[in-house]
Amino acid sequence: MSFSLEQSPTTGDEVITNYTINFGPQHPAAHGVLRMVMELDGEIIERIDPHVGLLHRGTEKLIEHKTYLQALPYFDRLDYCSPLAMEHSYVLAVEKLLNIAVPLRAQYLRVLFAELTRICNHMLNIGSHVMDVGAMTPNLWLFEIREDCLTFFERASGARMHSAWFRPGGVHQDVPLKLLTDMADWLDTRLPQLFDDAMSLVVDNRIFKQRNVDIAVVSKDDAVRWGFSGPMIRGSGIPWDIRKAQPYDVYDRMEFDIPVGTRGDCYDRMMVRVEEVRQSARIMKQCLAQMPEGPVHSDDRKVMPPKRAEMKSSMESLIHHFKLYTEGFHVPAGEVYVATESPKGEFGVYLVSDGTNKPYRCKIRPTAFSHLQAMDFMSKGHMLPDATAILGAIDVVFGECDR
Amino acid sequence: MAILHSAPRYAPFDGVKDTLATALGDLVIEAKEEHGEIVLLVVRERIQDVLRTLRDEHEYQQLMEIAGADYPQRLDRFEVVYCLLSLTRNHRLIVKVRTDEATPVPTATTLWPVAGWLEREVYDMYGVLFAGNPDLRRILTDYGFQGHPFRKDFPLTGYVELRYSEEDQRVVYEPVRLAQDLRQFDFMSPWEGADYVLPGDEKAAQAAAPAPVATPKDTPTPAHTGAGAAANKEATKPSGDKA
Repeated sequence: MSFSLEQSPTTGDEVITNYTINFGPQHPAAHGVLRMVMELDGEIIERIDPHVGLLHRGTEKLIEHKTYLQALPYFDRLDYCSPLAMEHSYVLAVEKLLNIAVPLRAQYLRVLFAELTRICNHMLNIGSHVMDVGAMTPNLWLFEIREDCLTFFERASGARMHSAWFRPGGVHQDVPLKLLTDMADWLDTRLPQLFDDAMSLVVDNRIFKQRNVDIAVVSKDDAVRWGFSGPMIRGSGIPWDIRKAQPYDVYDRMEFDIPVGTRGDCYDRMMVRVEEVRQSARIMKQCLAQMPEGPVHSDDRKVMPPKRAEMKSSMESLIHHFKLYTEGFHVPAGEVYVATESPKGEFGVYLVSDGTNKPYRCKIRPTAFSHLQAMDFMSKGHMLPDATAILGAIDVVFGECDR
Repeated sequence: MAILHSAPRYAPFDGVKDTLATALGDLVIEAKEEHGEIVLLVVRERIQDVLRTLRDEHEYQQLMEIAGADYPQRLDRFEVVYCLLSLTRNHRLIVKVRTDEATPVPTATTLWPVAGWLEREVYDMYGVLFAGNPDLRRILTDYGFQGHPFRKDFPLTGYVELRYSEEDQRVVYEPVRLAQDLRQFDFMSPWEGADYVLPGDEKAAQAAAPAPVATPKDTPTPAHTGAGAAANKEATKPSGDKA
C-alpha cells in the first residue's frame, strides 16, 4: 500500500480539462426523458447538447394512417399535461380546411376548457419548477388544484387526462349545468385560496429568488431569433399572445391582460405563468357568464354524427353515423398551418389534405423543441444547479417535444 | 368564399401575396392564396435570399417551423416547408422549396439559430440534406437508426424492433415480427378511389375494358333495342276474368 500522492494535483501549472457528464435520461429534474450531455468547467456549464427523441413514437406517421377523427386522440398524448390545448390546434386546422361553422356554445366551451387546461398545466409546471429549486410544499398544494381540474375534465368528458373531447365541428358532448356552477364556485373560492396560499410561499421567497433572478436572461432579439413563444417570449418582454393577436373561437370577446417580464430571466418566466393563471380564471368567469344555450356541435351531418335518438328513426341518420365511424369524413385538398396559444407557447399543426379521409401529412409544431434548443445558449456560463431552474422555466414535456 | 370557421384570424391579407411576389421577382415559382394561407413556392438554391428578404424587408421576424413532406410520385419528391410569423404585421406565411434525395437545400441556420434542430428533424425523418448546417445529426430517432421513417415508402411498422435480452443483459435489435398482420382498414367507398379488389370481383380487374366505339348506340326502332317481340298482354290479366 502506498500513498504516492504527496501534493494536491492542482497546485500550479497543470491545466484541468473540461469534463463531460450526462444529465438524465432518468433524472427527476429532467422533466421526463431528456438526456443532456454537459461539458463542465468545474461547476460552470460550458456547453450543453440536449439529446431528445427518447420518447419519439412517430405520432405524425401514425396520423397519416388514421382518419381525421381517429387521429384526434393522439393529440391528447402529445403534451399530456395540457391535452385539450393540443386538441384545440388540430380541430381548428381541420375546421379551417373544411370551413365549417362551430356553434357559439361549443366555442365558449372550448375556450372555457382550454383555459382550465392552462391552469392545470401551470399548476404542474410552477409546482415542479419550485420543487426543482428546492421547495417541496407548494408543489403538493398546487397538485390539489390540478386534481380539481382533472375532476372537471372527467365530469365533462369521462377521462381525467386523455379527454378527446374537442371534435372537428364542436365538442363531443354538452356539459351538465351543475358542472358549470361547480366550476364557477371553484373559481371564486378554492382556486384563489389554494393558489394564493401556495404562491405566498414562493414569489417573495429569498431562496427561490436567489435561484431564479438573473438566471438565463434572454433578450428580446434572442427570443425572436430562437423561435420562442408563449411564456418564454412574454418573459423576455414581448407582449405576444396568439389569443390576443390572432383570436380563435371566442377569445375576441374575452377581456384579459397579457403579463410580460421585464428582465427576461427564469423568475420572469415563472411570474408570467403565475399571472396567466389569474387571467385564465378571469377568462373562465367571462365564459361562464356569457355562455349561451344551444347546440354544442355543427349540424353538418357529413362531419358530426347525428343524435342517438335520431338514428333510431331515420335511415339517413343511421347511414351518416355508419359512414362517419367507418370511412370518416373527407377534407378538401389543401394545406394550412394553424397555431394556437397552448399553455407552453405556440402549438401548431401543419395539415396537408389530399381530399381523402386521412391526412396526407400532419406536422406537429411542438413548443418545447425550439425552447430546448436554446438550452445551450441560455445555460452557458451558469452553474450546474442552474440547469434545473432553466429547464423548469422552459416548461418542457417530452410527449410533445419528441412526438 | 365566406369564412365560417373559427380558426385563428390574422390581419387581412389584402394584396400581401402580390406585394411579396413582386418583391421576390423571379425567385418565386408559384404564389397562391388558399384556405386563408399564403403559400410561396420558391427557387431551392435561392431560399436563403428569399428568407432574408422576407425577414429583413417584410418583417417576418420569426421562423416557427420547418416541416418536411414526401410526394413520391414527383420528380423532386420532398417539400421543405418554412412557416414564418410576423410579430409586427400579425401575418403568417408558408414558404416552400422542393428537392430530391441527393440535392441539398441551403441552410437557414445563418438567418435563424432555431433552424438548426428544425433542419435536423427534416433530415432525420426524410433524409433531406441541408448544405451549411453545421450539426446535421439525427435527432428524434434512436442512436444508430437507419433509414428515414417519415418517407411514404417506409413501412409503418418499421424494420427492427428491440427488447431487453435477459441472456445478453442488454437491449437487442431484431427484425420486426408481427404476431398478427398489421390491419389497415380502408373504408373509402369503392367508387371514390379505393384500390383494393372486392371479394367476387377479381375477374373484373383482369378483363380488358371494352374498346371505345366510333358511333354511339341508339335505338330508332323497337327492333334495334334487341328486346324481342312485345309481351302477350293477355297473359298479364288475372285469370278470374277469363272464366
